[in-house]
Amino acid sequence: MQGDATGPKRAIRSLPLVVAGLVTLAGCISVEAPDKPIVIELNINIRQEVIYRLAEDAGNTIEENAEIF
Amino acid sequence: MGSVVKGSGMNRDLVRKMALAAAGFALAAGGLAGTAHAQRDPAYEAARESGKVGEKMDGYLGIVGASTPELQRMVNDINIKRRAVYAQKAQAANATLEEYALTAGCIAIARTKPGEKYQAPDGSWQTRTSAPPQRDSRCPA
Repeated sequence: MQGDATGPKRAIRSLPLVVAGLVTLAGCISVEAPDKPIVIELNINIRQEVIYRLAEDAGNTIEENAEIF
Repeated sequence: MGSVVKGSGMNRDLVRKMALAAAGFALAAGGLAGTAHAQRDPAYEAARESGKVGEKMDGYLGIVGASTPELQRMVNDINIKRRAVYAQKAQAANATLEEYALTAGCIAIARTKPGEKYQAPDGSWQTRTSAPPQRDSRCPA
């Protein structure tokens, strides 16, 4: 009887696996492609403090090179 | 010739005055040349005013709408020059080229005149009005 892996006992033993499978599937189904285009912001790693530090210098640079700005 | 200058005090005075005026004028012209910066090429100025080109967020010039080979050449030329300036200034300021260019972009957009085009944070082209432009949240005030 112990070695017998058929019948309801086997079903009970494999139940967690089935549940896990269902949960995984449910997770998969919930992932949907966004209907809006994904906007990738460039230079996201540039920090505001860096921009603030450079602001005055960049302003002068624009004035010094007015013909290309 | 020399006798004429020597012969008349009025003439000598006039020559001296003229020389002084010429020297003063030369100095003034030199001073002006030293402080006044070269202005935009008329074709570039016209393209800005008509909204054919606009300021991008990344610090470079972009073509708004239809491109022509002539317009593309002009924009490329300006952007190559801008990149060279950014690279030099970024190095001096111990920053990266991209950081410096983005900062310049913030300021260039802020300085657009009403009617000129600029790129908003969502990537769309906007026409500058008298109201402040839409800029990246990191841009300085």
